[in-house]
Amino acid sequence: MAVLDDKSMQNLPREGESAHPGREWNSYSEPGSVTNKIAEVIFARTPLWWWVGFALSFILLLVFIFNFLSIAIRGTGLWNINVPVVWGVGIVNLIFWIGIGHAGTFISAFLLLMRQHWRGAFSRFAEAMTLFALATAGLFPLLHLGRIELFYYIVPYPNTMNLFTQFRSALAWDFVAITAYGTISLLFWYIDLIPDLAAMRDKAKSPWVKFAFGIGAMGWRGESRHWQALHKTSYALAALATPLVISVHSIVGLDFAIAIAPGWHHTLFPPFFVAGAIFSGLAMVIIFATILRSGFGMQKLITTWHLEAAAKLMLTAGLLVCYGYLIENISAYIVGHDYEVDLLFARLFGDYAISYWFMIFCNAIVIQLLWFKRIRTNPTALVIISLFVLIGMWLERYIIIPVSLSYPYGETMWSIFNMGFWDILTIVSPFGLFLTATFLFIRFLPVVPINEAQQVAIEDASPTEALARDSAEDAAAAQQGGAD
Amino acid sequence: MTNKMDNNHPPEVRADKPLTEMTEAEFAQFLKDNPRQERAFKQSGMSRRSFIQLMGATLALSGAGLAGCAPTGRPSEEQILPYARLPEEMIPGIPLFFASSMNLGGYMTGLLIETHQGRPTRIEGNPQHPASLGATDVFTQGAILDLYNPDRSLQTRNNGEESTFEAFLEAVQGLELGDGTGMRLLTETVSSPTLASQIESLLETYPNARWYQYEPMTRDNALAGARLAFDQDVETVYQFENAEVVLSLESNFMDAEPGKVRYARDFATKRKVRVENPTMNRLYVAESTPTITGSAADHRLALRSSEIEALARALAVEFGVDVATSGDAPWSQEWFDAVVADLRANEGASLVVAGTSQPPIVHALAHAINAALNNVGNTVIYTDPIAANPVINMEEITALVEEMNNGDVTSLFIIGGNPLYTAPSDLMFGEALVEVPFSMHLSLYFNETSARSTWHVPQAHFVEEWSDGRAFNGALSLVQPPIGPLFETVRSTHELLALLQGDERTNYDIVLEFWQSIYEGDDFDAYWRGALHDGVAEDSAFAPLNVSLRGDFGSQIAEITPTPIIGLEVIFRPDSTIWDGRFVNNSWLQELPDPLTKVSWDTGAILSPATAEELGVSDEDLIDIQVNENTMQAAVIILRGHPDNAVTVTFGYGQVFLEDEQVGRNFNAYSIRSSLAPWFSGDASISATGNTYELARTRYLDMEESGIPAVRSGSLQQFIANPDFVDDMTDPKPEANLYDGAQWDYSDNHAWGMSIDLTSCIGCNACIIGCQMENNIPVVGKDAVANSREMSWLRVDRYTVEEAGEERTKYQPVPCMQCEQAPCELVCPVEATIHDHEGLNNMVYNRCIGTRYCAANCPYGVRRFNFLPYVNDESIMQEWRNPNVSVRPEGVMEKCTYCTQRINATRAQAIREGREIEANEITPACAAACPTQAITFGDINNEQSFVTQLKAQPHDYQLLGELNTKPRTTYLAKLYNPNESLHDGTSSEGEEE
Repeated sequence: MAVLDDKSMQNLPREGESAHPGREWNSYSEPGSVTNKIAEVIFARTPLWWWVGFALSFILLLVFIFNFLSIAIRGTGLWNINVPVVWGVGIVNLIFWIGIGHAGTFISAFLLLMRQHWRGAFSRFAEAMTLFALATAGLFPLLHLGRIELFYYIVPYPNTMNLFTQFRSALAWDFVAITAYGTISLLFWYIDLIPDLAAMRDKAKSPWVKFAFGIGAMGWRGESRHWQALHKTSYALAALATPLVISVHSIVGLDFAIAIAPGWHHTLFPPFFVAGAIFSGLAMVIIFATILRSGFGMQKLITTWHLEAAAKLMLTAGLLVCYGYLIENISAYIVGHDYEVDLLFARLFGDYAISYWFMIFCNAIVIQLLWFKRIRTNPTALVIISLFVLIGMWLERYIIIPVSLSYPYGETMWSIFNMGFWDILTIVSPFGLFLTATFLFIRFLPVVPINEAQQVAIEDASPTEALARDSAEDAAAAQQGGAD
Repeated sequence: MTNKMDNNHPPEVRADKPLTEMTEAEFAQFLKDNPRQERAFKQSGMSRRSFIQLMGATLALSGAGLAGCAPTGRPSEEQILPYARLPEEMIPGIPLFFASSMNLGGYMTGLLIETHQGRPTRIEGNPQHPASLGATDVFTQGAILDLYNPDRSLQTRNNGEESTFEAFLEAVQGLELGDGTGMRLLTETVSSPTLASQIESLLETYPNARWYQYEPMTRDNALAGARLAFDQDVETVYQFENAEVVLSLESNFMDAEPGKVRYARDFATKRKVRVENPTMNRLYVAESTPTITGSAADHRLALRSSEIEALARALAVEFGVDVATSGDAPWSQEWFDAVVADLRANEGASLVVAGTSQPPIVHALAHAINAALNNVGNTVIYTDPIAANPVINMEEITALVEEMNNGDVTSLFIIGGNPLYTAPSDLMFGEALVEVPFSMHLSLYFNETSARSTWHVPQAHFVEEWSDGRAFNGALSLVQPPIGPLFETVRSTHELLALLQGDERTNYDIVLEFWQSIYEGDDFDAYWRGALHDGVAEDSAFAPLNVSLRGDFGSQIAEITPTPIIGLEVIFRPDSTIWDGRFVNNSWLQELPDPLTKVSWDTGAILSPATAEELGVSDEDLIDIQVNENTMQAAVIILRGHPDNAVTVTFGYGQVFLEDEQVGRNFNAYSIRSSLAPWFSGDASISATGNTYELARTRYLDMEESGIPAVRSGSLQQFIANPDFVDDMTDPKPEANLYDGAQWDYSDNHAWGMSIDLTSCIGCNACIIGCQMENNIPVVGKDAVANSREMSWLRVDRYTVEEAGEERTKYQPVPCMQCEQAPCELVCPVEATIHDHEGLNNMVYNRCIGTRYCAANCPYGVRRFNFLPYVNDESIMQEWRNPNVSVRPEGVMEKCTYCTQRINATRAQAIREGREIEANEITPACAAACPTQAITFGDINNEQSFVTQLKAQPHDYQLLGELNTKPRTTYLAKLYNPNESLHDGTSSEGEEE
């Protein structure tokens, strides 16, 4: 087992030089070197940037806890929501964070089923991101409730009142969809993590660390029947998770589509929401991938080729979202229901016009840069574009929820939602939870699945497998070539 | 009360006779049989006598314990006891009603005060009283809150220091009033015969004393106008039920004139247009500040207040009065001719009414026109004045201040009011008052006048004292307290005046003995009991006087030259919700939005859009208004329909002793009011301060409706030609339903429904306060209203639209529609809002977790959410709560349920009596309060019910019916009766499209 030293690193092809995109893993000629590279992150000294990042995130987490408890105890009235704008940043955040999570599942499950091997580099942390985003998102339906202490009324449990959840309500569907999604995501992420935990267990020197990883590894010994079971389970879970990618955000979209409020009553919403979710999720993945690769020196594991692939997907999803904007406005106009038309004009030219046009700028205009390969392969540019996309997608939900609610049937009820201190805090502080969890994850768990990285390396050693993979990749490249 | 009852204990042994009648031995046996009572008795360490007394006292306390069924539901920790013997007629849970009446500016409105276990909770109109006929206005209803106001003064004060009433009496004795030289009495308008007789006897005791009256919302002009026309003090009483054509010369007779509740009713009964009876009266209004009366007009003319006189003069000339006219005629000749022709065509059934704010000459000319049109005795009658001693208030207060300044006043007794704040600014009442060596102010609150007087004595609220007074038509109305004073320290006006003469009779005796003294029949007991029951003395309305214009009328009016109109005009008006400022501390009335501007918690300077543009100011700009060296500040409110080159300010704000400092701090209109020009004044100037001031409005913007109008309206002619015209204004309804089979079958049940007649609705807001009081709706404060968090279950939408050549303001009360296919029910994940077997959308507060999805999905926006804990359980304010309605905690959605508690109370009664609920037996709070009976409620399955009949009318329509919500609340279209010679009379929105 040869440890990759600095010298041998220098002999490797430089970033972007590779003749075979995605093939950099081949450079790790021995399987163990992949393990070492990844394990290095965990067992090496903690880098300073991690401490800084973690500290800031943790402070933000404390702010979030304060924010959460304040609103839970003192009442949702701390937000500036009102009647008719009864849903504010709480629900905006819920949808934003669930959306962030979507890209994780999309990459790990959807692309697994599609045999897109390049996903391996992203899948672990993208899935972790899904979990953390879901955990963050999951708090908002609770926080949003007027009486948080009675949240369990929404759970269909047998009770003496003989009352059940009201299944005609989309919120009841939400509960089922989100909990199912959370469970599957957790299992999927964990199952794939088991061999890596075992590898960490074997690498660890301290008996306590060994013990901790050992618990997580559940007695994994790398036997072939273990691997067989793992793959079976992975594929089975991927098969379950893939429809969930579509269904969860569709159902979240139905929250609005089944309501009769102007701006909500669109059949467009379910697919529109899914595209938006994947769009924003990919933006988050790109940001994290870029930070990880430069932070931990993983340029060889997560290459610009990967980033470019993600950027192409993001562009695709973004164009779908733009199509959604177009259809939303056109259909409001074509339907010609006065209240829809009023809302359309209020959105475009009314009190919130700045939000709307900035959203269009972020989601429809900035992403056009991704048509250019130079931009797609420039990590800095990608991060900036992704940040715009995140802001734009947050604004999109903001425009769908409080802005639509501001203009209900009849002007006498109209009311403007102005964000106050607690609203802004609620937008910012959840990043504390998400980032803290993320920092802990990248420090203590393998961020890239060792087994997949190894597998790719091993597969490459076998001529037939490599050939098969090449042809598949070339076909994929040919498909995407049009975009270049 | 039952919350301490423990099921583990052996059942109570019932005493076979009342405890009070037991002997010691029987009582001992009773205690032995009732171990818990025995324990309580022993622990109390009391004698049997005081123990039984305590049980009586518990009666009152336990009533308080039930107050509003506080949401915590925590059992009381104190020892509580059940009733040993119920007081007569008192059944827990069944309210008792007492007839009483309330005084506003000397005019009484008859009331019923609802009490629960001795606790007044609600005020409704008294159906037997001529000024009410069962309805009320916002002031009388809101007054109940003043009873419990924690800011009420409870302490006698001497120079601001705490003192006692005994000390005050000693100080009065120390004055040695002698023959009353230097003694002055200042009251508000006195219509109470008892009080008047007391004052009379006081003046006999102290012959050199003098009595002054000052009412800030003075009726001076009406009185001076009557003197000018008839050389006699008379009260003008209108009979709108006989009038086919009414011309109002700035008379806001539906909102701000005496008898307004009755007048609104009489006026509206002439506009109940039904397909079988398509007739309507017609109302012309010439006014300055837009009012609800102007909104009800078929033709409204916006003139500056000072220009109305010119109109009155021009009209009078048409009807044969020889009076000078001014050259200016800022109205169209077409309008003028149409009005003249219409009045003339309806001789004997027409009516010209002049407003309080108009100068005496306008009143006199109105009298002359009514006489010329043969209206006297038909639509207008004249009676004795209701004031015991009618005076010109502005002269009175001027004379008093002069005396004070001359040092002629050594002791001043001020009964009620707040003259230091309300007196015209040119008089400098405050400076004069501090020079008076002894002054006393009896008032409900410790206010500006109290602070500058040497003594302040807390006054009893009218719900706590016996008194009387006269209604607009002279009917002698009794003020009957359902409870004794809540606090021992407060004094009734009658008792205080009696004590000044050394008379120690109680309040009750004073009133009773006075009534005995004036009674001329044989059976006083029956008469008194009748008055106690009815709230009004039998046949006590004044008989019409036979008056005619004075002989020298022509020369009298010739002396009065037309008022010159110069520069920007400032118009003073009583506030629509806090009147002259007396309700400034009443949170219900403060939060109640103005009917037109929809501003709550504040007033402002109302400008027309054109004038605002000319002055370069916009909404919420803070401006200085200067009149004769005096300046006030106010925030701009732009209102369509206001005349140009004029600004309206309303009284009542800017009181220093107001608790809530954020509200209308400097907006004191009294500070620019002069005794010479109490209602409008020329030569004002406006300058922008450059600052802005946030107003809390319950309405988004002054926008026109779009699409299918919410208030569908048309002309009477249009209705006659095509009774179904409202149906042409809507899209056909889709009938598709995803949940087929979920239709409800009500054939065996009641099916509650409501119909609101928009032609009758005048937008007076009485329903809002009625609902608030009935349903324990909290007040949220200015900031929350500014953020659209007001809790009112019923709102009154206002629309101002340009149609048929008129700018029309329409009102639409919007309660919950109780939809048959309710969007709210569908989306609640926890079944907290559910349909019941009678078609109500019930709110199950216990079940609600506050997702607010229902509110997001309610197209009518009638759901209200407790964003924060709005209920204050600590203060005495909770005493007003209706024990039959849950108080909602923070985080819970709430809304109108057609007063389901009233439905169930009636149901319970019907079951007890073994009968069906009668067709029109149930009245929700909003309908009960409505002066014009615009709201009708009942069982739509019962063909006998009024609501079924109204819903069968062709002009019945559903609000947002195109959404297929199938609302149970429907509206009758608003109909106008335009003069066909003014417009073609057929145009309406429906046909314009």
